[in-house]
Order: sequence, then C-alpha cells, then structure tokens
Amino acid sequence: MSDIVLNVEGLHVRLPEGADRSHAVEDVSFTLNRREIVCLVGESGSGKSVTARAILGLLAPRVVADAGRIVFGGEDLLQVTPERMRAIRGRDISMVFQEPMTALNPLMTVGAQIDEVLRTHTDLGRAGRRARVLELLRDVHLPDPERLIEAYPHQLSGGQRQRAMIAMALILEPRIVVADEPTTALDVTTQAQILRLLRELQAAHDTGVLFITHDFGVVAEIADRVAVMQHGRLVEMDRAERVLNDPQHPYTRRLIAAVPSLQPKARSPIEDRPVILSAANVNKTFRTGGGFFARNRRVVDAVKQAMIELRRGDTLGLVGESGSGKSTLARCIVRLIEPEAGEIRLGDIDFMKLPRRALRRQRRRIQMVFQDPFASLNPRYKVGRLIAEGPIINGVDRAKAEARALELLGLVGLDARAADRFPHEFSGGQRQRIAIARALALDPEILIADEPVSALDVSVQAQVLDLLADIRERLHLSMLFITHDLRVAAQVCDTIAVMRYGELVEYGPTAQVFADPRHPYTRELFASVPGRSWTGPVAAA
Amino acid sequence: MGGFFHRFVRNRSAVLGSAILFGVLALAALAPLIFPDTPFALAGKPLSEPFGDFLFGTDTLGRDVASGIAHGARTSLMIGAVSTLAAVLLGTLIGGVAGYYGGRIDDVLMRITEIFQTIPSFVFAIVLVAVMSPSVKSTVIAIAVVSWPGVARLARGEFLSMRRREFVQSCVSLGMGDLRIMFQQILPNCLSPIIVTASLLVATAILIESGLAFLGLGDPNVMSWGFQVGAGRTVLRSAWWICTFPGIAILLTVLAINLVGEGLNDALNPRLRSA
Repeated sequence: MSDIVLNVEGLHVRLPEGADRSHAVEDVSFTLNRREIVCLVGESGSGKSVTARAILGLLAPRVVADAGRIVFGGEDLLQVTPERMRAIRGRDISMVFQEPMTALNPLMTVGAQIDEVLRTHTDLGRAGRRARVLELLRDVHLPDPERLIEAYPHQLSGGQRQRAMIAMALILEPRIVVADEPTTALDVTTQAQILRLLRELQAAHDTGVLFITHDFGVVAEIADRVAVMQHGRLVEMDRAERVLNDPQHPYTRRLIAAVPSLQPKARSPIEDRPVILSAANVNKTFRTGGGFFARNRRVVDAVKQAMIELRRGDTLGLVGESGSGKSTLARCIVRLIEPEAGEIRLGDIDFMKLPRRALRRQRRRIQMVFQDPFASLNPRYKVGRLIAEGPIINGVDRAKAEARALELLGLVGLDARAADRFPHEFSGGQRQRIAIARALALDPEILIADEPVSALDVSVQAQVLDLLADIRERLHLSMLFITHDLRVAAQVCDTIAVMRYGELVEYGPTAQVFADPRHPYTRELFASVPGRSWTGPVAAA
Repeated sequence: MGGFFHRFVRNRSAVLGSAILFGVLALAALAPLIFPDTPFALAGKPLSEPFGDFLFGTDTLGRDVASGIAHGARTSLMIGAVSTLAAVLLGTLIGGVAGYYGGRIDDVLMRITEIFQTIPSFVFAIVLVAVMSPSVKSTVIAIAVVSWPGVARLARGEFLSMRRREFVQSCVSLGMGDLRIMFQQILPNCLSPIIVTASLLVATAILIESGLAFLGLGDPNVMSWGFQVGAGRTVLRSAWWICTFPGIAILLTVLAINLVGEGLNDALNPRLRSA
C-alpha cells in the first residue's frame, strides 16, 4: 500500500445560482500522505473550507461537487452512498471544527459525546468504552479525566473544549483528520498548546492531517506541505520550507509579504514629547448574575490599578489575550464604561470629573475605531451621512461637513462616490476605512483603535495598517492601539503595555519589550507566537 | 424596500391576508355609500331570513345585519388602529428608555410594566371601560392600557442589545446626545419587530373591542360587530344569522391581520432571509 491516503483530483464545487461566482472550488487536485500535515491556506472566500467539507460530504444544500474525484481507500467519496459516507465519517475521516462551543452539544456531558462515537462505530461494552474515553482524555492532556468526563461543554475553557474535540476526532484512530481553523478562536498561548498536541498525536497515530488556516504563522509551525488557494483555485503546492521561504506564485508572495514581521521597526525616541493622555489607578469591576435577591454574584476585576501614559505622536499598544481587560481599559478611558476609580487626564483636563454635558463637548478629542467594521457602522445610513454626522452634531454647518466627508474619503483611499452608498455595499477593509474616516471627521487628537485589523484578511490588514500609519504621520495623531497580535504590535507600536487578568504586567518601549521581556507571562506570550522562528523569505535568502 | 416587497408577495398566505384585509378596508370606506342609512335604522320586518330582501337578514328589531357589518368594520378598524398606535408609542418609549439607560431606571420601569402584565388584560379592560363609562374614547384608552406592556418588553430587549453594539458606542464617542442616539440610531434598527408586533396587536385590539361590545360595554351610539353578536345572542337558535355573519367578519379580519403580521415577520426578519 502506498503512503497516499487521500487523493483529490480535479475537484469542482458548484455554488447555487445567484452567488458571486459559479464555482466555490475549481479544478483543485492534491494528495495527503500518511503521517503528514498538509496546510490548506487562503483568505476568506478562497474555497478552503468548502474543499474540506466536500471531502467529508458535508456540503451545504444546493452546493454540489459536480466534477472531479476524491479517492480514499480505493473509493471515490463523491460517488459512495450516504450510508457508506456515514460509516467512513468519524471512523476513517474525522473533523475538528473552528468553534468547539458550537460543535459540541451543550446539553450532553463531554464523556457522553465521546462515548456516542464509540457506540455508533464499535461493539465495545459500557466499561470498555469508558476506559477508552478516559485513556483518550489523558492522551489529549486534559486534567483530571474522571471529573471531566462528567462535565458539560460550558464548564470547560476554550482550549479544553478544543482538546475534547480532538479526542473525539481521534478516538477511532482515523486515517485522516480534517481540521478547519481549529485554533482561530483560541488565544495564542492556548493555540500553541493545541498545535503541539496535534503534532504529537498525529505522529503517534500515523494520521494524515488536512489543516485549514489563514495564518502563515500557524503554517510555519505545523505544516509538512502547503497548498495555497485563491478564488477557488490551487495556485501553489509544495513543501512548507519552499513555500514559506521561496514562494513561486505572485499571490503567495503577496500573502507572505503581508504577514507582519516580529522584528519591531526602528523608531525615534519619544521620551521628550509631552504627555497628552494619562490614566492612573483605573479600576473596573464587573458583577454578573443577580437581580433583586441574588446572593452569589460573581465579581470580576476587569481592570486593576491600570496606569498608562500616551505621549504626543506616540502609538501605545495594549497587548493581551481575550479577557485581559485591554478593551475595558480603553473604554474606561473614553468613559464608554464608567470606571469605579481612577484618574484620567486629557492634556490639562481631568476627564473623569467632567459632568455629562462638558464630557460630550470633549469627546471629539478622542475617537475610536472598532474591531468589527460590520457592526460599527449603522446599516441604515449612507456613508456620507455617517462621516458627516460627528461634525454636524458638534455644530459644524451641514454643507461644510458633507464637503469635508468627501475629502476624508479621499484621505482614506476611497472614491468620493462612496458617500452615496450604504455600508453593506463595501468589503470589510473598505468599511474599516469608512470607520476611520468617521473617526477623523472630528479632528481628534487621539485615536483609539480596538483590534482594528483582527477581522480582516492578511492582505487587507496590511493595507489598513499602512493607512493608519500614514494618517498618524500626516495628522500628528497619538494612538492607543489594542491588539492580541504581537506581530501587528511590533509593526505599529512605539510603546507596549502587556495586560493579563486586568493588570499591566509589562510596560516599555516596543524594541525593549521585544528584545528583553521581563515578566514571565510576556515571555510565554512571545514563545507562543506561531511561526516565531520563521522570518520570511527575505531573511532566509 | 424592493427586496422587502418581493419577499412579502412570495408568501402566499400573506398575500391572501392582505387581500381580505383590503376587502374589509374597502367595505369600511364605502359603508356610507352602500348603506346610506344609519345601521340603527329599522329597515324591515324583524328576523327576516338572509339572502332574501336583505343579504344577511335583519335582527330582532328589524335592523339590517349587512349594514351593521359594513358600519361595524369602520368601528373595529378605527379602534384597532388607534389603540395599537397609542400602545406602540407608549410601549416603545417606556421600553426604549428602560433598555437604553438600564440599571435603576430599567428596574423601576420594568416592575411597573410587570404590574400591568399581571392583571388579566380583558378583565382589566372591562374595569377601565366601566370606570370611564362606555364610549369610543374609553374603549381605545382601555385597549391601549392593556396592550403596551408587551411592546415595552420587546422594545426594551431590542434597545438593550443595540445599546452594546459598536455603532452605538461610536456615536457616543462622537459626542451624540442620548435622545438622538435613541431615536435616530437605535429606533430605525429595531422597527421591524415592533411593526410585526403592532400588526398582531391590531388583531387583538379588534377582539377585545368586540368582546367589550358584546358585554354591552361598547359605545351605545356606534355600531360594532361585537354589539351585533351580543344583540343576536338571545335568538341564536331561532335566528342564527344575526350572530353568525358579524362573527365571520371578526374571524376573517383577525385571521387576515394575523396572516399579514406573519408575512411581515418573514419578510422583515433578517434571520429567515435566504442569501
């Protein structure tokens, strides 16, 4: 028997009529070997997930594979009966999904769900099944398997849930595991652990893994071979070192060039510039649960004793994992959330003590750009109005504000005709440009950007980052930049503040923090960045 | 809005509902032309059988049942529309304020809403009309008072979730005032569920109005379907038509409004839209 476990030949997947293109996947061919991890990389809409779903026979209704073959164990998976496909799925080919919370049944214990796979596909007795489940939970390094077997999905952390999913995918020792962005919803430190686990188990069980991702860092970390997809076509496929360090296709080159480097850019010193915004001893506690008579309220310290200083022209990066309090701190600073305690000074104004009316007048000095450009623009209004809105409510004449809106559209690289269209007519990157224009319309001194590029594809991300850098220079803005991505932080920030559980654990100039992280958590964070040893084709050449 | 209309007409039962509702509206509008006399006029022999001299027969006093249905349509639709409008305005305002500000204000307003919700609505409406003495105005007020809490709860939920949305936060950081945010930014985005609820409220309002009139708590000077059913109740076995035709009118109208409401729901609810 050869080493090839899966052979995809000339696969075409047709989309229903009225979609933006006729085929989601066109003429895709590749092979997957035993004991091999193949990464399928591409931006959103490239057809990588559809390819994975075609292999498992899980295409959406009205989406059909209309040409090509998917050969597994001598059978064409596109031709087998649904019963046969069900038998193969789970036992021979299994899948790990992106979001383990939605992929697990919230009403069944983790143990019961893994047990179900065994019950469906094997003849093991109750005790035998239980022993096997426990063994597997130990294999995926879940703590205290006897207790976890009785736990419900919501009682596990994101990383633990993904481990349980992997246990479920591996329990029948399948020959192929298809993993669709299995670490995208996880924090970097958890992601690093999951990637390590996948590698370990895959080697131990001789499994072939088809790993779908958009992140070249993850590719560098885990892939043996890489297949790059664009607009439903496979543009390049080769060994991982070749693709990462010497990409052939222009699209791959563009994608890799857009991945931000971990090497911080050289920056002019900023210590001598005046402090424009300072926050000291900011505290915010969230209480959950409750109602009138609740006793056991849960109290979470979202921000504890935070202290930051933003100098004129500086970009301060707030870095941390989800739940670290970085967004809460930013919202406290602009008083979208009222902190319990703390002092926030904007120039010579005590921002915290401003009464409501005065606060509204001062708000224009600090503007925000949000993470999700689909949620941060009111879908009911045209772009021109959305941008002009700020100045108009601050007393600028309507005609003047609208003329300025057109200018701003030019500044963020959009056509003036955009003013007459609705937000939903634009792509994610374009919408983020609109959101930036809207924030700039008030001529703010400080821009707070809350994960402004996290929802965007890597090539679009690079453009938006360039735009932010450009306007910062031109308009002499100071920026508070919130991100979970250390690569982005390295490129954008002059100063970095690392947050964890609501506390600032490290604070200093970017170059210094990157070169010599002091706090153990910062070191762990750096060690977890996927593909940190890969420095891109230029350095390798 | 072209997409909305397209989705609406694709729903066959919604189109049927609209057709019936349109018929009832036309009947209400044309009532004074078709039946120029007051519906209280003694038109002929009492208890005439239907489909003879009179289409739907006459009642115990010789009043034309068909004329009563036509004029009653005006009453029902008018009371349904006005009381719903009042309930929606009040409910949206209270629910919107509660959802937007949250905290103490929300607690107080929602407890008040709950007090209204705990009283059985029809009994409450009877009490209100009895206290205010029966008239069109008191009927409208009573129906509005028992209908607003549902709208308030709905509006509160919508405002509460919209309040946390990023586009609202970005408006706050532009320095926009609360009223502007509530009415210009949030309200347009939660109109769809409110419109759907309102359409169903009209149907409920018509039922409550008929019920009140049936019990003799309607305006004595205005013809209404409930009043007709109540007047024919005593002779139900000997003269079935007096109760039956107004009853069918109520049934068809309420059914039509419900169908339209569901059609609106399907057409306005983005989660059910196919891509």
